[in-house]
Amino acid sequence: MKAERISSRDIPISLSHIYIGFTAVFLGAIFGILQGLVRGGIITLPSWISYYEILTAHGVLLALVFTTYFIFGYFYAGNSRTMGPMTPSERKIGWVGFWTMTLGTAMAAAMILTGQASVLYTFYLPLKASPIFYIGLALFVVGSWIEGAAMFMQYFRWRKEHPGEKTPLFGFMVTATNILWIIATIGVAITVLFQMIPLSLGWIQTVNVELSRTFFWYFGHPLVYFWLLPAYMIWYVNVPKLIGGKIFSDSLARLAFLLFIVFSMPVGFHHQLTEPGVQEGWKFLQVILTFMVVIPSLMTAFALFATFEQAGQAKGAKGIFGWVKVLPWGDVRFLAAFLAMLFFIPGGIGGLINASYQLDSMVHNTLWVVGHFHITVGTPVGMTFFAATYWLLPYLTGRKLTPFMNRMGILQTIFWSVGMLIMSIAMHTLGLEGAPRRTAFTTYNNNPVAQQWFEGFFGNYATLAVGGTILFIGAMLMIYNVIHLSFFAPKSEEEEFPLGEENEEAMVTPRFLENWKLWITVSVVLILVAYTIPVVDLIVNSAPESIGYKTW
Amino acid sequence: MHIHRYEKIWLTFGISALVLFLIVLGFTAFAQGHTPAGGLQTIDPKLVDQTPPFDNPGVKKVDENRYEVNLVAQVFSFKPNKVQVPVGKEIVFNVTTKDVVHSFTIVGTNVNMMLIPGYINTAKYTFDKPGKYLVLCNEYCGAGHQLMQMEIEVIEG
Ligand SMILES: [Cu+2]
Repeated sequence: MKAERISSRDIPISLSHIYIGFTAVFLGAIFGILQGLVRGGIITLPSWISYYEILTAHGVLLALVFTTYFIFGYFYAGNSRTMGPMTPSERKIGWVGFWTMTLGTAMAAAMILTGQASVLYTFYLPLKASPIFYIGLALFVVGSWIEGAAMFMQYFRWRKEHPGEKTPLFGFMVTATNILWIIATIGVAITVLFQMIPLSLGWIQTVNVELSRTFFWYFGHPLVYFWLLPAYMIWYVNVPKLIGGKIFSDSLARLAFLLFIVFSMPVGFHHQLTEPGVQEGWKFLQVILTFMVVIPSLMTAFALFATFEQAGQAKGAKGIFGWVKVLPWGDVRFLAAFLAMLFFIPGGIGGLINASYQLDSMVHNTLWVVGHFHITVGTPVGMTFFAATYWLLPYLTGRKLTPFMNRMGILQTIFWSVGMLIMSIAMHTLGLEGAPRRTAFTTYNNNPVAQQWFEGFFGNYATLAVGGTILFIGAMLMIYNVIHLSFFAPKSEEEEFPLGEENEEAMVTPRFLENWKLWITVSVVLILVAYTIPVVDLIVNSAPESIGYKTW
Repeated sequence: MHIHRYEKIWLTFGISALVLFLIVLGFTAFAQGHTPAGGLQTIDPKLVDQTPPFDNPGVKKVDENRYEVNLVAQVFSFKPNKVQVPVGKEIVFNVTTKDVVHSFTIVGTNVNMMLIPGYINTAKYTFDKPGKYLVLCNEYCGAGHQLMQMEIEVIEG
């Protein structure tokens, strides 16, 4: 059976993004395993490279470069599949954005790898990196806005050309995610443009550090949702088709995405709970708003499991859990996505702990947080992207996911899951025992408390390194699979871009869900409520400012 | 909008649990005073060494039941790097930084605070067991970050 193809002119832009994304996975994984081995005291790095340099590179490559590029690659392909080819001008704008982003990435990467920006991927002031690093970051953000503009143009053109029709769910979700990204990145753009670049160039001598952190975290939390929403798209839109099911409810899926936009922004202070400079009441308000994302998360969990159950029952499954047996467990495209979802259950619970007003003090900046990060971004997001790669790449390259590649994919998924499981259990345990994150090998002068972190079974840096090694093998298998599916798998036009259909019994999608002005206004109002007074306070009653430092 | 009956039950249960959870958080925070570290007192990071109490950091007895510990963080150490405090008394830690962002984290307790240049951060703690406690910096502050530590010795009053 021949699958519905997308315009061949839209393939290169999508593939270019995906390939840069996986180049980042390759390099990021190498830095990752080095870190795990150093931390466990198994190897020492040569003197010409520092632990903090590879730590910065690992974070930037995997958390920022891989995610953003993969997401845009997936968006272009899905938009073209559901809304038809881009116009030449839309495509041109997309490419301008791509090259702007890539130039920025190259500039930032060059500075990191030459040790001129060992400021970690949070680049907190008053650490002062090379101006080229910050300009690179600015270009990355601006490039992503330009790409967003290309996708908005395509979406609004489709709506104009199809009056009265329901817009494709995929295009709706792409638009929601891009809106979230643009509103969120305004925060980081402000601190990069008005504080970091001027400071690093010497145009200003001092900066307001707490203000910068507030802008950073205003961006830093919705960033998490920028990673998660595309993974949700794969779960909501693509997975139902793979299992022969239907989308549970189109309108509830749309509503969940809108609620994520609204509630992921005004919450940054929950990352700053242990910081001075912000009044208790504002911290608490943002804790409450943080917990509101529980609502769309519960909606998503319900919709996904309802889809699985309905698909199973359609295949004749009986009883409460009979559907579990009939799902396609041998299909990597489903298996990897499903395991990724399972990781999100402890991941989400850990997130609630981190954001809890008082519990945060127990785990703040410990390895717990790193473990949390790896079972939210590293697995639900990362592994879902891998799951999608197993159909997206063959679809774009016109090749076939052979039974051999499917088995390789399952093997890769097992390595990734097992490695993540071992590593994250070790990280969570070490964190509860007080081991800090973002720290090179140290026993704190043979302090007995710190030495315990090298003993025991779960809470041991060696366990962490073992998990990290298994994970590294999983990453390298993924790179092999990507290369194979791109260049060596047999040619075929059968692989599809799976698009779930809506359940017939689902309701008509209400129009207010697509009223972007309404939702953006709600979001902006909440942001203003949550931030205006504390930010004005940080500016008006500014603490004495700080000069920049290069401490590495 | 039509919502499936089971989903209504699921969401009602979830949202009620959420409300209950937030009430508990709010009650322990504002009625019982369990708030995370923080404070609004500012200080010029360039003048930390000249500004009281940080011109003479260390332990200060406030009264029979209360002690104050004033500390300065800088790359890559704390000043002083060893203090003695009595067991069972309320200890108020006032900590600030002279340069970049650090943290003051007493391992095995919930004293865990970010040190932001320009601000004094404050946390209270009562040690109920004598012994030596490791304090470390858990926010990356530069090449020697992993060396940054100090010790609190808790002794029988
Ligand atoms: Cu430090």
